[in-house]
Amino acid sequence: MEKTRGVSTTVLGADEIVLNMGPQHPSTHGVLRVILKLDGEKVVSSECVIGYLHRGVEKIGENRSYPQFAPYVDRTDYVAAVSNGLGYCEAVEKLLGAEVPPRARWVRTILAELQRLASHLLWLGTHALDIGAITPLFYTFREREEILKVFEKYCGARLTTHAFRIGGLLYETYDGFEEDVKRFTADFDARIQEYEELLTENRIWVQRTRDIGIITAEEAKDLGATGPVLRGSGVRWDIRKAFPYAAYDQFDFTIPVGQRGDTYDRYLVRLEEMRQSRRIILQAVDSIPEGPIMARLGKVIKPPPGEVYHSIEAPKGELGYYIVSDGSIQPTRLRIRPPSFVNLQALDKMIRGHLVADVVAVIGTLDIVLGEVDR
Amino acid sequence: MMTSLMEALGPYGFYVVALVKILAVFLGLSLLVAYIVYAERKILAHLQVRIGPMRVGPHGLLQPIADGVKLLLKEDIIPQGADRVIFWLAPLISVIAAFTAFSLIPFGPDFIIAEDVNVGLLFLIGVSSLGILGIILGGWASNSHYPLLGALRSTAQLVSYEVALGFSLVSGLLLAGTLEMQGIVAAQAEEGVWFAFVQPVAFFILFVAAIAETNRNPFDLPEAESELVGGFHTEYSGFRFSLYFLAEYAAMVLVSSIAVTLFLGGWLRPFAGVGWLGFLDFTPVALIAFAAFWCAREALRVPAGLEWRWQRLFLVALAAGAAVVALALLIPQRGENGLEFPVLAAIQGVFWFILKVCAFIYGFIWFRGTFPRYRFDQLMNLGWHFMIPLAIVNVIFAGLAIVVSRGWGWNLTASLWLGTAATLVVAVLLARRMV
Repeated sequence: MEKTRGVSTTVLGADEIVLNMGPQHPSTHGVLRVILKLDGEKVVSSECVIGYLHRGVEKIGENRSYPQFAPYVDRTDYVAAVSNGLGYCEAVEKLLGAEVPPRARWVRTILAELQRLASHLLWLGTHALDIGAITPLFYTFREREEILKVFEKYCGARLTTHAFRIGGLLYETYDGFEEDVKRFTADFDARIQEYEELLTENRIWVQRTRDIGIITAEEAKDLGATGPVLRGSGVRWDIRKAFPYAAYDQFDFTIPVGQRGDTYDRYLVRLEEMRQSRRIILQAVDSIPEGPIMARLGKVIKPPPGEVYHSIEAPKGELGYYIVSDGSIQPTRLRIRPPSFVNLQALDKMIRGHLVADVVAVIGTLDIVLGEVDR
Repeated sequence: MMTSLMEALGPYGFYVVALVKILAVFLGLSLLVAYIVYAERKILAHLQVRIGPMRVGPHGLLQPIADGVKLLLKEDIIPQGADRVIFWLAPLISVIAAFTAFSLIPFGPDFIIAEDVNVGLLFLIGVSSLGILGIILGGWASNSHYPLLGALRSTAQLVSYEVALGFSLVSGLLLAGTLEMQGIVAAQAEEGVWFAFVQPVAFFILFVAAIAETNRNPFDLPEAESELVGGFHTEYSGFRFSLYFLAEYAAMVLVSSIAVTLFLGGWLRPFAGVGWLGFLDFTPVALIAFAAFWCAREALRVPAGLEWRWQRLFLVALAAGAAVVALALLIPQRGENGLEFPVLAAIQGVFWFILKVCAFIYGFIWFRGTFPRYRFDQLMNLGWHFMIPLAIVNVIFAGLAIVVSRGWGWNLTASLWLGTAATLVVAVLLARRMV
């Protein structure tokens, strides 16, 4: 038993026990370990232990050239590899001062939004599974599979795609890309309706998520939470609108927000985000401009000395890359600001006073990926 | 038929017949449980846009057997610090309790192991409640936190829902006027109506409480996989785990059997009193003939090639077996009023009973595929603030209806419906107060 941790086993009350949840547990979404101090089933306090998936990604970045490091970022948030790649490529492009051709920006937007759908679908399925509804998982995976097929046809990989290159795209879109994307989006609204029929008005679902894991707008901001976790609390903050990147300034979409900041609101926010993503994809796919897909860069990517911070709205929140260059082909310092890591800090605040069953609901609603938390 | 057999066998006849029945029930039940698991996997799969087991035998028909063998061959682990004796005993308690209770279930008009037990239903409830002891002890003896929490949950859950279950049974018993299982079915035959249709609220409560009693979704908190890993059986493996598994599914069959006996007319055929629907007697033949036809068709669809020959042989054997059974059911005999079918008549009751139980279990599986899981306190809330008061109110109104109909000569069915309407009003009030 841990003694040095925040949840000390030496100062237990008479009715308290320490429950070690994870790193091997069906619903901590990977190798997260949460040490819970329980009074009966009520959580008195908790402590997160992370690092079980630490691979030193940032340090690897300092020992690889800029293009060499691009595949590594796919392995941070491994269920949203396209978004990671987008963030990294754009950060390096910003450092280089490179102008990405419009066609590449459009395709990047479409793929990144498809990735957001895939990530949210995975979240919905596993979140529902954690709360005991086993069926939505298979429905969401059915749709996610269609998205992964598009990725596979585009770049040959389904999960760790390495879809983009610094300066644009390596691959031109394949024949029938637009048709595939349109076919997928055509009945996607009906599919979301299907999930909603199973969950949104289900009394048990509402009871399990309403007023669970409340986090106010102020608390969320103080903790640095971003993405749906922040928006669920009613803060209308989305990097796609605040600092438009790729081609997001060209499309019409809204930012859904919640009111109470509870698990149910975050659920509704993510569902609405999926509908908005579909809107973006539909607009983008109809207006892909012609032209080159790669900016004119030198054979060797060698940014001028300096530093850059660039962030994008990844499916889970603000994904930022901070790169310091000394003018060589390798970054001197590379730091990733992962949304999951920052959002995970809210866990203790959100589960105190709730029951063990709510802990898994809250972990689910935070939508963390341990590859990104530990890096 | 059974009595004549007993007499023919002389002084030991009673024991021989009892032993045969016990063996038939035990083996039949084990097989039924194995194939309920198969059915559950298949039905869930189809609810979830999958196809389920397909590899072992045609359409995965031999999967339950493969699973059973696998569990038997697994290492039996007893964790360090566990209370070895209790750890060893706990699954046995669960499984013995579940199987003992079946001695009182009337599968057919004369297919019951212990006949004429005048405390029948009471004994059943008592024995089936013992099964929970196995869960509590197992959770405690594991010396681990997850099983302990699971055991804790199941204790609270069982204690609360037992009350609602008991009261809903009382509503049915008021109508039957007897605790003896065969008598309950006979009472329904006499009234000409299954009690579910005059006591729908009690039936509903029994259904919900039955799901809670058997730890099934949405009340599967004691083993909530996503929270407590495996709940009370987290530390169990191999054969001991399979005993818990067997007990859980046997308990499912048991509560379904109780519900079917008390509320759905037990072994009675639907519309038993309606003359022109007499052809329903041939449903078993039709069903088995259809099974034979299906197996034959599948056998023809098996791909050519030597490696598929066992598949084909298995299907052909199944088809032939089913066809033989269907024909055997149609063995005619010249009776007093035209042709009679003695074999068909003999299995008639058992067939309808099992069909009803299966329909009930299908409901269990359907629920599992549809609902999220309740939280512990919500479950308690639902039990104490809704189910139990409603069950009590229902007993009161049912009792009043019976008294009124006896005293003032009102129509019993009509007054029971009136009572049900009054109960539903209370239900609405209770539901409002809960939200």
